[in-house]
Amino acid sequence: MFGLHYNLERSAVGLVAFIVIVASIGGLIEIAPLFTIDETVEEAPDMRVYTPLEVAGRNIYIREGCYACHSQMIRTLRDEVERYGPYSLAVESSYDHPQLWGSKRTGPDLARLGNKYSDAWHTIHLNNPRDVVPESKMPAYRWLLREQLHTDDLGEHLAALRAVGVPYTDEQIANAPLDAYGQANPDSAAAGGVAERYGDATNIRLFDGEATRLTDMDALVAYLQVLGNLTDAAHQPQPEAE
Amino acid sequence: MIADLTRAERLWAMLILGALGLIGLAMAIGGRNDLLGIHGWIVLAAGLAGFIAVMRGRDAPEPSAERLNEYYDAPTRVGLILTLLWAVVGMGVGFWVAALLAWPDMTFDVPWLSFGRLRPVHTSGVIFGFGGNALIATSFHVLQRTTRARLPDQISPWFVLLGYNLFCVIAASGYLMGLTQSKEYAEPEWYADIWLVVVWVVYFAIYMRTLARRKEPHIYVANWYYMAFILVVAILHIVNNLAVPISLDSAKSYSLFSGVQDAMTQWWYGHNAVAFFLTAGFLGMMYYYLPKRAGRPIFSYRMSIISFWGITFMYMWAGSHHLHYTALPHWVQTLGMAFSVVLLVPSWASAGNALLTLNGAWHKVRDDAVLRFMALAAIFYGITTFEGSFMAIRAVNSLSHYTDWTIGHVHAGALGWVAMITFGSLYSIVPSMFKRERIYSQKLVEVHFWLALSGTVIYVFAMWNSGVTQGLMWRTYTESGGLTYSFIDSLVAMHPYYIARAFGGLLFLLGALTALYNVVMTIRMPAPASDDPALDIPAKPALQAGE
Repeated sequence: MFGLHYNLERSAVGLVAFIVIVASIGGLIEIAPLFTIDETVEEAPDMRVYTPLEVAGRNIYIREGCYACHSQMIRTLRDEVERYGPYSLAVESSYDHPQLWGSKRTGPDLARLGNKYSDAWHTIHLNNPRDVVPESKMPAYRWLLREQLHTDDLGEHLAALRAVGVPYTDEQIANAPLDAYGQANPDSAAAGGVAERYGDATNIRLFDGEATRLTDMDALVAYLQVLGNLTDAAHQPQPEAE
Repeated sequence: MIADLTRAERLWAMLILGALGLIGLAMAIGGRNDLLGIHGWIVLAAGLAGFIAVMRGRDAPEPSAERLNEYYDAPTRVGLILTLLWAVVGMGVGFWVAALLAWPDMTFDVPWLSFGRLRPVHTSGVIFGFGGNALIATSFHVLQRTTRARLPDQISPWFVLLGYNLFCVIAASGYLMGLTQSKEYAEPEWYADIWLVVVWVVYFAIYMRTLARRKEPHIYVANWYYMAFILVVAILHIVNNLAVPISLDSAKSYSLFSGVQDAMTQWWYGHNAVAFFLTAGFLGMMYYYLPKRAGRPIFSYRMSIISFWGITFMYMWAGSHHLHYTALPHWVQTLGMAFSVVLLVPSWASAGNALLTLNGAWHKVRDDAVLRFMALAAIFYGITTFEGSFMAIRAVNSLSHYTDWTIGHVHAGALGWVAMITFGSLYSIVPSMFKRERIYSQKLVEVHFWLALSGTVIYVFAMWNSGVTQGLMWRTYTESGGLTYSFIDSLVAMHPYYIARAFGGLLFLLGALTALYNVVMTIRMPAPASDDPALDIPAKPALQAGE
């Protein structure tokens, strides 16, 4: 064996080829089957897509780096299920490009945050967390209420998401900016179309408490309120947590 | 720098920089309504500045043919300085974000000063800025010495070094503006990723072209590691960053993968960024500089073979240990755990090989802070890889995951192993690279050593304590069977440890500043009157005349 190596290390091309082959095996065996084995992701016929406002909110969540301190993955452990709710299923993040499972909990897990607190609580909390949780270490995101939400390219966002596999319809893509406005303005004419295109379970509310102006806060709160609510699958009977 | 280039190379440089400037201009115009436009201006400025610099120097005389008898070290010199500058930036931001966790109101209502945007500046700053520049600078140095061949030309090393730093600047400035893919350690957006691929292809080509002209029949072990680093990082980078931009004039893209497949790809990438960026490359450094400084040959050639192929094969399976108890299928978790545990064998083979190499030179370790940096790095490498295998066990991971224990583990590796081997290597070549007789102050190296060691120990102990405390508090039950502590209780318990961690980080940062000062003062020392044969000048001509 060492004799073989004695020859291998005299050939740069041989070393390169060997390194590439040897290093590729692990990834091929662990990752490729995840795309082909059906049991990897559960069936969830009731799974709905993110609305344009929620997509925008998710992008703000990413922009501000929320994932650095908050996970969205409840493990199959008893204490986690008791603290946060039913453990996360693969299907729940199947429209998440990329996933935001996270790796660190400086703050709590958010996988089941949706509709746990009121919109008003979220708005106050994001504006300055220490107004509602005095011991909090979270930054105060005061600019969310100041920033006008950028909606004119939301159709392009949805189209790109469709290109990577999220089943948006042409109609949803065409109406994306309008639906973003409508979802945060329940009394506007645009609100009806949102429920029609995304289902009656969609949260259509004045998320930041203020009509007319669509802010980053509207979008982020809309996103936080849908976390864990895209499908009911996790609440169906599942194997016991460890 | 420009006088080193041949006239033809100066033309090429102007062409490349001009093209870069045009790409920047296109980005600035196309992305004028998007943050992409700001990056366009940065790229344009970089291209223009380079173009003007080359143009002003284009009439310098052709470099003499004598240069071909020497190694080409100018990119290494610049790379070493960039390494130290990024160390100060990356560690400085690290200290700042550590302080933000203790005193969150220091965000001052400025978006780019918030934790979530600064944190990737810290991680990318130290991993890619500090670590990457150190790897590029030392790999050029080691490659030439171990092959006894000069780098193939004078332009591609600059393209790699400066192009890579442009990537780092685009990455860091993007995070501050909120541009991120959110994939840890792969945050830069699609256009930065494409640029890095271009830089990387040229980097690989430099390696192959130099190896093709080598005067030594065997490729030295350090180069195996540098090659694995270059090749595997390319594979990981390309696969994990596959994404669809929403349009060519927008910075935003959506990852090709989603959910569980994306999580597995991400941690296959993430863990092997540790393996092939932060381990393989730095092992390459260790296999050259440690025996050189100690004046001893590597203890065992066979151990280095076993270690190299063990690491190259097994690390790629280990990523799934980041996803224990998650929605990732159980069989992948189990595979990841098994390989992570076995990985201890090749890891300790390398750590042991390094320490056994020091047998017979321990008095040098005692007296020479530079060698002591490297010896300590090998010890921390052994400690961290043991801890890593341990934490990859499912039951241990149930406690450690999501807590500060992981942060402690990472920093035992990053500070104790990566930074220490880098500083040791850097101090050992700075005098010869800048043609000085010695480092400005050996005492300051000693000061740096103790700052680095105490900083690391304080940091790691603080995070071990907070991590284990956190993990235990989350799973503590009352007599009546309910959870004892709310989440916020566990956060309050972290406060003293967060202050201790910031203090440990501050000590480490002060050490890096000491190094920067020491290196600058070394460069400012007068050069020795004549070329001292003891300096790093090849004993034989690197190239035969007429070649």
